[in-house]
Amino acid sequence: MDRRRFLTRSAALGCSLAASPLVTPVTLAATPGDHRLVVIILRGGMDGLGAVSPYGDPDFAGLGRPALDLDGGGAIDLDGRFAMHGALAPLMPLWQAGDLGFAHAVSIPYRDKRSHFDGQDLLEAGVAASDAPLPEDGWLNRLVQRMPDARAETAYAIGSEPLRILQGPAKVSRWTPEADLRLSPQAILLTRRVMQSDPVMAAALDTAFALAGSDGDALEFTGGMGDMMAAMRDDRMSNKDRQMPGAALARFAGDQLRGAARIACYSLTGWDTHKTQAHYLPRALTQLAQSVTTLKETLGDAAWGQTTVVAVTEFGRTARWNGTGGTDHGSGGVMVLAGGALRGGRVIADWPGLNETALYNRRDVMPTRDLRAHLAWILRGLYGVERSALESTIFPGLDMGDDPQLLL
Amino acid sequence: MFDPLLADIRFGCGRSPRIAAPDSVEAMLAGLLGPDTAAAAHPIETYEIFLASRLTPMNALGRIRRQERGTALAEEALESIIKLNREGRKARLDWLVAHVARRITSETPLRERLESFWGDHFSARGKVNVLRISTSPYLESAIRPYLAGRFEDMLIAAVTHPQMLHSLDQHASAGPNSPQALRYPGRKGMNENLARELLELHTLGVGGPYTQGDVYELAKLLTGLAFTAEAGTEFRAALAEPGAETVLGTSYGGAQPALEDIHAVLRDLARHPATARHIAHKLAVHFIGDHPDTALVAAMAEVWWQTGGDLPQVYHAMLSHPAAWDPAPGNAKPPLDFIASACRALDVPPKALAARAGLLLMNPLRQMGQVWQEPLGPDGLPEADGAWLTPQGLAARLQWGFTLPQLMLDRLPDPRDFVVTALGARAPEEVRFAASAAETRSDGIGVVLASPAFQRM
Repeated sequence: MDRRRFLTRSAALGCSLAASPLVTPVTLAATPGDHRLVVIILRGGMDGLGAVSPYGDPDFAGLGRPALDLDGGGAIDLDGRFAMHGALAPLMPLWQAGDLGFAHAVSIPYRDKRSHFDGQDLLEAGVAASDAPLPEDGWLNRLVQRMPDARAETAYAIGSEPLRILQGPAKVSRWTPEADLRLSPQAILLTRRVMQSDPVMAAALDTAFALAGSDGDALEFTGGMGDMMAAMRDDRMSNKDRQMPGAALARFAGDQLRGAARIACYSLTGWDTHKTQAHYLPRALTQLAQSVTTLKETLGDAAWGQTTVVAVTEFGRTARWNGTGGTDHGSGGVMVLAGGALRGGRVIADWPGLNETALYNRRDVMPTRDLRAHLAWILRGLYGVERSALESTIFPGLDMGDDPQLLL
Repeated sequence: MFDPLLADIRFGCGRSPRIAAPDSVEAMLAGLLGPDTAAAAHPIETYEIFLASRLTPMNALGRIRRQERGTALAEEALESIIKLNREGRKARLDWLVAHVARRITSETPLRERLESFWGDHFSARGKVNVLRISTSPYLESAIRPYLAGRFEDMLIAAVTHPQMLHSLDQHASAGPNSPQALRYPGRKGMNENLARELLELHTLGVGGPYTQGDVYELAKLLTGLAFTAEAGTEFRAALAEPGAETVLGTSYGGAQPALEDIHAVLRDLARHPATARHIAHKLAVHFIGDHPDTALVAAMAEVWWQTGGDLPQVYHAMLSHPAAWDPAPGNAKPPLDFIASACRALDVPPKALAARAGLLLMNPLRQMGQVWQEPLGPDGLPEADGAWLTPQGLAARLQWGFTLPQLMLDRLPDPRDFVVTALGARAPEEVRFAASAAETRSDGIGVVLASPAFQRM
């Protein structure tokens, strides 16, 4: 996509809306449909104790982890109990503004097998581990199913890999910042025709044609081969964006959320730090921080004020350092919360402690809250979903417990 | 039952205008035991050569840079490192072309499909410097020679391979009571990465009968596996946990740790009924469909169990089952299969790919959702059709099919002939019509490649 043209177009649309006498700022703000939700899936199992270290816990120092460097910027004190990793420093202004928070010692209801792939499936399906087959749809899709005015543009699954969390009967959009398509007018017609026999491919084709035609350059292309090759070159991501896609994904998400989209989801990798965590964890955290700050910049103040960002991972990691300078698959971990709609500046935790007997299986941070409960309270606050629906349909079997008052 | 058209489309690399389809299941399997002519014609470096010609010099240059910091010698070393990296990136593209060329020209296309399946089953990614490009040499040495043997031999070759040890951090893992861990307390110790994936992905499957306790015991048993660039895999007693370990109720090893104990547990895991079920199902999903016939999977698992994991007999059980030949459209082709089968049907000369491998192959694969040889995790590529039939993935397939064939061929075939070449009697009427109705040859070829009949197997 030609980003510049697309941005100009979005900006123009924004201006005309604001200037229209029919749409006053008041009605805009008063519509519940203005709330934005961004879900970032951190694939690989983020080390919660490394991201947000409970240095106030007397047993933290005995876990064999490297000492925190609070004076040199390796870690940043948050509240006298917890310190966030220095790689998250770009988020400090958000913390100070109340636009950043963390929920600690949380986990999905999944223990013991500690498989990435099971964990991610459960996290996205929104259900507890059991012998029953997973539901076909993800919890974000079940949310969209309940939104009365939802259209395909309401929710975006962004990136080239599948996002189970948004799969399901509600129509959503799936796209990636570098995708585009140009075909001759006749090729468009003929392709539609041959696809008819295959409903799955026909549905994907409809979305592809609609999105490729709505990004500022038309789907129909009548230029020659040279023009085509030049246009295809323009679509490609830079090498830097490819290696650290967090910012590019956030830019695309932000662009959509400033327009008709209200829900966006993408995932970031690099969290599976079995070895040399001191090298790999800061890289992953840096990308997460870039992604969140890019969302804020792209959304602009008004939309950011209506936005909640949650970053969730399939499980935490072992409390203790393992023998190879890293951590193995564990249980309790951290959920990262951000956005102008957030009542932030807090680390929310029913802290279990870190002494040997307080650990789950004597190895992992004991999860003290189902992370789905926090997600459910956010959905309740943003979209007014009834508690009964949250506990039975969106997150089956969940007990939401007390309201942690995550939102303003 | 057996259908030569489906043998090419579902179990091969697609149809070719030059190479006849096999005429029986027996012929498909006999090819696997014959000479590997595709590899001979389109060679890929072995891992041994990779280690000697790339990793060893890279390590030596890195040492010079560190030890001679600030000198002209270090500067020279840096230049040599940059050159080696550049050559490595070029080699990686050449190997991608070789993989596609093998698929275009192979007379035993099932071999290419099996290499992709098993290479993905044993996904092992290089994580630092020149190791980042090492997947093709790993496949060439640890996977391809074992496709038509016993599973346990492939399991041992892959799991104890330097690439796997590096990929899942095993080479750094030291038993808690190993000489190294006792000598450097707090600095040397164990991790569970390979042990867990070995049970969950490579053998029993995540639903299999193992516990965290088995993972821990297996992690202890695996300690000692290490490698060097010079010697490849070696067993280092200094890293190994002394004493026996109990995995799935069986005790392995004794006072003196040994590589044979690790081989023993791998052989037992390879023959375990849970492994038979897990991998029989995975093979059926890969080749036939996302929800394979349960009787077919049971027949394959039974043969696995009875033969101790003799792979050709397991393949035979799959290919001789009627459900394998269901004429209904099967799996969506993963991106490499899509591109390579298009190239085979168009009979693209491999030279035409070599000149522009990034534009024609590497970048389009990424846009279709397959970052070549860089899987997101050790579970490799997704199997479900939904992973590939996304709007963005489909857009990339259409763009490739309508635009790029004209860059690879001097003259595109007549679309009315091409529809028959590519799909034979499986060409639906609407695709034949579309091929004949297109105004340009390139649109005619594109619409055949876009059709569900071509995009499914």
